[in-house]
Amino acid sequence: MSSTLSALEGEQLPEPAEPDEGAAQKVAGKSPMRLAAERFRKDKLSMVSMVIVVIYLLMAILAPFMVKFGVIDPYTLNQDLLDANTLPKGDFGGISADHPLGIVPGTGWDLMSRLWYGITFSLAISLLATIVAMTLGVVLGIVAGFSRGWVDMLIGRAIDLTLSFPQTLMLLALSSLAVAFLTDYLHVPEGNIAQGLYVVLVLGLFGWPSIARIIRGQVLSIREREFVDAAQLLGASKLRIYFKELLPNLWAPVLVTFTLTMPAYISAEAALSYLGVSIKPPTPTLGNILRDSLLYAESDFVYFFAPAFLICIIVVSFNLLGDGLRDALDPKSSR
Amino acid sequence: MSTKLANEPTAASAAEDRPILDVTNLKMYFPVKSSGLFRRTVGHVQAVDGVSFRVQPGQSLGLVGESGCGKSTTGRLITRLHEPTGGTIDFEGKDIAKVSAGKLKPLRRDIQMIFQDPYTSLNPRHTVGSIIGAPLAIHGIVPKSKILPRVQELLEIVGLNPEHYNRYPHEFSGGQRQRIGIARALTLQPKLLVADEPVSALDVSIQAQVINLLQELQDEFGIAFLFIAHDLAVVRHFCPEIAVMYLGKIVEIADRDTLYSRPHHPYTQALLSAVPDVKQAQVGGRRERIRLQGDVPSPINPPSGCRFRTRCPLAQEICARVEPPLLQIGPKHKVACHFPGELGQHPSKPVTPGLLGVDSTGLPDPAAGPAAELSVGSGYSDTWFDLANNTMGGKA
Repeated sequence: MSSTLSALEGEQLPEPAEPDEGAAQKVAGKSPMRLAAERFRKDKLSMVSMVIVVIYLLMAILAPFMVKFGVIDPYTLNQDLLDANTLPKGDFGGISADHPLGIVPGTGWDLMSRLWYGITFSLAISLLATIVAMTLGVVLGIVAGFSRGWVDMLIGRAIDLTLSFPQTLMLLALSSLAVAFLTDYLHVPEGNIAQGLYVVLVLGLFGWPSIARIIRGQVLSIREREFVDAAQLLGASKLRIYFKELLPNLWAPVLVTFTLTMPAYISAEAALSYLGVSIKPPTPTLGNILRDSLLYAESDFVYFFAPAFLICIIVVSFNLLGDGLRDALDPKSSR
Repeated sequence: MSTKLANEPTAASAAEDRPILDVTNLKMYFPVKSSGLFRRTVGHVQAVDGVSFRVQPGQSLGLVGESGCGKSTTGRLITRLHEPTGGTIDFEGKDIAKVSAGKLKPLRRDIQMIFQDPYTSLNPRHTVGSIIGAPLAIHGIVPKSKILPRVQELLEIVGLNPEHYNRYPHEFSGGQRQRIGIARALTLQPKLLVADEPVSALDVSIQAQVINLLQELQDEFGIAFLFIAHDLAVVRHFCPEIAVMYLGKIVEIADRDTLYSRPHHPYTQALLSAVPDVKQAQVGGRRERIRLQGDVPSPINPPSGCRFRTRCPLAQEICARVEPPLLQIGPKHKVACHFPGELGQHPSKPVTPGLLGVDSTGLPDPAAGPAAELSVGSGYSDTWFDLANNTMGGKA
């Protein structure tokens, strides 16, 4: 919105007293977001991590099409490429022109295809979980921060309660029960969809408190500014104040929290897959590939190393991107 | 500053008009909570304690006082950003002090506010157009397509370039931002504007421009102003009637000329003596300054009797025992002091005991007879307490 509007206003000087001089000297209006974007562009490390994140997102989006058109093939069992011990023939896990990262021992799947396709499922789960957690966290954080008294206290206690839950244990203990509930009562298709949805819900429903706390803290300071009073004076509804006055001032923490929550959930999804809760093979996710590869840590180093390295790169890039965004959006915060 | 004086009260006719705003005995006590699990109320900040005044349509009342005296809180009570603890706010014949938040919305159109700090009163993420157009969108009075022309009209009224509607607040200077705030307040064509120190955050050259703009707007649209400020010169320029507040109470209220030339309350006199005087500099030498000793007492536990007594050069025993009533001592002049008088001519004996039924030290005095019925109302009456002979003999 801002960029299109500010493009239109390029003709005028900020000083209305002498608008005539504006013709020669073009001063374009810059929104706070555009100023932040300029700061961000100067930060090389953040730009590199953003490029990696963008590549990751593009690969994740493209993967299903690549599978459909046969460019990558995560499901073909290349049994002929395995030796008698079901280890890949050749050095470095059977790297060849057809299989750039080698093949998976035991099954003969193409490792690169599986990692590539696995990215898609990892992203889908972590993105959905992040959206659930962010939505809950932002809305409850704004409401808690803006309302005083018992509403704030109630949400505060809910945050404490949720944070004090041993969620990983819960998640494991309840998984079969909850997945059965999802399929039987909510008619979610059985299998990986129900499993994935369960992970999304658990990560989302246990992830909002920390986000709500950050947002609440921000709202506490914004709420005292006079433009909030002004909005109340104009008769603005609570919803309008929440989402039109406060939320636009929260984009910086929201964006930063988003880019920092994503990698946490990517690794959480991997950890859950590793524990056998999330989507199960043959559908690949980064987590279940990593889990399987552990069996071959000694005999097939490439197979073990590749998924771990990929997760590491993605998580670090997202984190650096989040840090860079925070620096760009809030220039007053010191490192 | 320009020499134009706005809206000299046309003596009798204005006084008889029904006031647009009639505030009686307004109180705001903020609870002070203890820390810990059970947050008991351990006291109250008596920010505003029994304030009464009137604002006539199209007129302006100035509210002055030092920081923390409750003048901003009074403004926020009238705009109903706070719900008052007690008292009535009569706006156009309707008491809005206790109206619920939901029913306030139509009233919001008539009472608007100009904020002190133009750097926080505009949402930095909204364009000027959406800031000024917000009232129209919220109240849904004009169709969406008509909002922009109205916004541009308002920008022109407050002296900004109408083409700047899609800029962000941070692209404007302080004075321009304050004009944006004024335009927003004008959008709904209010009848009363509460201006909460509208020029305090601006530098002096810009102050004059903004004040003149406010005067032009008042003349053009007939808006009544409650003008809150701590700058006595600005208030004198803008307001035909002025109330002086100290620690949550009005200590003196009078028309401009009386208050500035013949103040009767020692606090008003001290305030006025703190204003630099250019004429004095021409004459040379130093003017007598009244220096108040000590700090403003805490509004959580204000002094007994008269709140000003801890710093008052005239204070006697009666001041600690009995609170002085806001006594009308002239046609348009009320003062809350036991020893009212012009500077250097304060009476040596309190003038109020006869009215309050106490002796001259403030102890109850059966001989003095019952306390007279003292009006605590907001307006001025036709008879007043005559200081010359200490009777209710003054008449218009």
